[in-house]
Parts: sequence; structure tokens; C-alpha cells
Amino acid sequence: MSLPDVLPAPRELTLTGGHDKSGAPECAALAFRVGEITALLGPTGSGKSRLLSDIESLAAGDTPSGRTLLLDGRPPTDDERFELQGRLVAQITQNMNFVLDMGVLDFLIAHAESRNAPEPAAAAVRVLAAANELAGEPFAERTQLTQLSGGQSRALMIADTALLSTSPVLLIDEIENAGVDKTQALALLLKSEKIIVMATHDPVLALSAHRRLVVENGAVRHVLARTEAETSTLKRLAGMEAEFSRIRAALRVGGEIR
Amino acid sequence: MRLVTVAGPPSCGKTSVIVHACRHLLAGGTPCAVIKFDCLKSRDATAYEAAGVPVSVALSGGLCPDHFYATNLEEAFAWARGTGAQTCVIETAGLCNRCSPHIRGLLAICVIDNLMGIDAPEKIGPMLRLADLVCVTKGDLVSQAEREVYRHRIRQMNARAVIRHVNGLTGQGCQDLSRILALAPEAGENLTDRKLRFAMPAAVCSYCLSEMRIGGRYQKGNVKKAVFAQSHGTQLLDNAPGETEDGDVPS
Repeated sequence: MSLPDVLPAPRELTLTGGHDKSGAPECAALAFRVGEITALLGPTGSGKSRLLSDIESLAAGDTPSGRTLLLDGRPPTDDERFELQGRLVAQITQNMNFVLDMGVLDFLIAHAESRNAPEPAAAAVRVLAAANELAGEPFAERTQLTQLSGGQSRALMIADTALLSTSPVLLIDEIENAGVDKTQALALLLKSEKIIVMATHDPVLALSAHRRLVVENGAVRHVLARTEAETSTLKRLAGMEAEFSRIRAALRVGGEIR
Repeated sequence: MRLVTVAGPPSCGKTSVIVHACRHLLAGGTPCAVIKFDCLKSRDATAYEAAGVPVSVALSGGLCPDHFYATNLEEAFAWARGTGAQTCVIETAGLCNRCSPHIRGLLAICVIDNLMGIDAPEKIGPMLRLADLVCVTKGDLVSQAEREVYRHRIRQMNARAVIRHVNGLTGQGCQDLSRILALAPEAGENLTDRKLRFAMPAAVCSYCLSEMRIGGRYQKGNVKKAVFAQSHGTQLLDNAPGETEDGDVPS
């Protein structure tokens, strides 16, 4: 018999302010809430990964940054730490391929079963439908995971994480343009009732987030909420992207652009 | 001295994971030592030495590596104690997936990687089933969904083990692992009269004694003949080696 895979589901995470690589204190404590997207920006080596791994490892003042992670405002109990270690965070990385040798539907059913979903087959069909909404080119139930294109794999990973993953926190490392509708993907993930943190260099994604954290020298330097001016910039950029996609789609089927 | 056995299929990352964990132990002031059992060749001493961990490599050569391991446990333990180690890790080859080197009452770890295929947890057998802690490596190379399904398959094979995702390349997760190692049960002064968790495969046929010719007339001793017929579906062993609830072999 397998144990039920039920995890505590905090509505809010707080990282207490730590210090940067020179020992100077961080700006303030950072709260992450369900239904809110936080974008993480900063050059390579600035400390984005450190911040993410502080969340993942349930830092208790014992990591190089000195931060402590609180669940719903209090330190996790020993039992919660034990249960959540390595499972607090689901990750969507830049990985674009599956390696398991299984058909799409069988795999999704296996995943739904591992979560003790009441009707695994129905859950699997829902994920497949959501993935096909995101993917530029639809794929079938019996397609092998390893035969999916990069875009299709990515769409399936996103839909699966949104609808089936157990982890209460979702960490996204960039959503590529290739073959996936980014805006729709974010909307789907937002509905998943997870705390979402997204490392990105893409201006549309960064501006889609409710707020942006800018990391520098190992600590968060700026916390920026999206302004009205930025919201209109986002609209303009999103319009440009839509135009790009429209022209791309037209060119692919032999259309003429006027 | 605390003793920990680590088993897992070849190239799954056992050495990398142990090196990282030992580094954390050493940094925290716990002297440790490693004994590596392997078959023909091992370069692992270099990795341990570079991390400042005393290591002794034992090669089984022409013998069954698991029998060789069992027959050398007392001596291995004595060597590690002689180094002044407080925690000793024994890393074993884990080749035929039939064996489990784990010892009753002492911490048992199985390392398995995310790239091995969905049925791997079932195939690996007792070294996974009887482990207290399962470390899953190479998770960075697969999707979240694959990690979760794989974890579930491991859980189905071993309902009680702690499962941890670790990264042998970056060392992520190994600090947590070192904390678990630091809590491993004390083994005392020696291993004499302790018991393995699972019986080793029986042997002693003419091929154990270096016979190389093929043919019934050269086969003597403990010889088992298979029945060859068309197979369908899943095959199970008729008389699987026995285990009790807590994973121990009945005496």
C-alpha cells in the first residue's frame, strides 16, 4: 500500500529579510501569497537561485542568506518540515523534453493515481484538454511522451503542474514563446491556487506579474508593484506579441501578409 | 561509530551524493570515512580524497561482489574506526539488483536516478524495498510530473522510507542528507553477530569456481535449470526469498 500523498498547503509564505553577500541587511521580509504572481529579476549570479532554494529548503536561518521561511506567518513544525522538504516547490524549468517511455494519457493517469485523485482517468483527460489549449499543435492521447515537440511538451508540463501537481508553491524558470500561449499559460497557473514565483527576462512575463523583486549581490534590493503606466505598457507589448503570433501562424500556412 | 550502507545501480550518482554529504559532515565537525566495494576497477577514491574523506576501496575481482562485501564487513568496520571516524559510509556496487547490502538496525540508503525508466523502482528490488532512505538523483533532467510519478512508484515499492530528491552535481539536498546521516544509529564497537536485512543469492556451482565451458556436463553443485516456454504478461518468482513485515528475512 502506498501512503496518501497529502501535503500541508500554506496560503502564504514569508521569507524574513536576510543579508547580502557583503553582510548588509536585506530590504525587508517578503510575503508570497496564493493567487499572486511574483517575478524575480536580476543578472546571473545575483542570488535568484539562492532565494528560490531558500524557499525550497525551508530555510531556518541556516543558509548563506540568513533568511527564515515562515508558513502562514509561523515557522513550520518539525512534522511539516519533514513532509515538505523537497516537495514544497514544483518547478517548471527550461527543460523541453520528457524522458519516460509512456503514452501521454497513461502517464497522466499514473500521475493522477499518485495523487489519489478520485477519478484518475477523468483528471487525465482534463489535463490533456488544457495542454492542447496551450499547445500550438494538438496531440493525441496515445502519443508517446518522448515524441512530443518542444512546445507540446512544455504545454503538457504546464497544464499538468497547474492541475495535478501536489506542491503548494510553483517556481517557473521562464516560459518560452515556442509553441505555447504564454498569457493563457499564466492564467491557467494562476487558477491552480498555488503561490507562483517566476524567474524571467521576458518583459511581457515580468510585467504580467503582480510585483517584481529585483535581486542584487545576494539580496532583494527592490520590490516593485506594477504601476498603471506599466499596465498600459504591458497591453502594448502583449498586442505586439499577438501581432507576431498572428503573422507567424499566417506564414506557416502559406498566407500572404498585407 | 555510526554506520550507513548506500546501495544503488551503477552510475546513478552514489559517489557524488556521498561526497557532498560527507563534506557537510566534515564542515560540521564530524569526522567520517568511506569504504567503497566495487568489482573490477574504481576511480572513486580520487573523488573522496579531494573532499578530504579517508577512503578505502575493496575490489571483489572474480568473486560475487555482494558475498565479498558480506565477508569483509567486520574488517571494513575496523579500518574505518581506526581512522577516527564517527560516521562510516559503505558504498556498494549494487550490480545484479537481486541483493541488498543493508544491515538490520543500521541506516540503509538506496540511491536511484530519475532517468532509469518508470519500472525501475520495481526492478531494483530489495536494496530499494528495504531501504530507510531513498535518494533520487538527476531530477533536474526531467519534468515535475515525471518526478512526482516516479516518486509514487518508489513509494509503492517502499511504504516507509523517507524519499529525498538530491542533486549529485550541485549538491542540492545533500545538507539535509548529512543531517539524516548525523542521526544514523550507532553501530557500537564492531559488526559481529549483526544480521543482513536480506539473504544474498545462493551460489557455489562450477561457474563460481571459474568454469568457462558451456554445457550440462560441466555443471556441478547448486545448479538451477529454467523452464523455457512462451511467456505472457508479468513474471514473478515462484519461491521468492522470504521477507517479514519489517523487511527482515526470517531466520
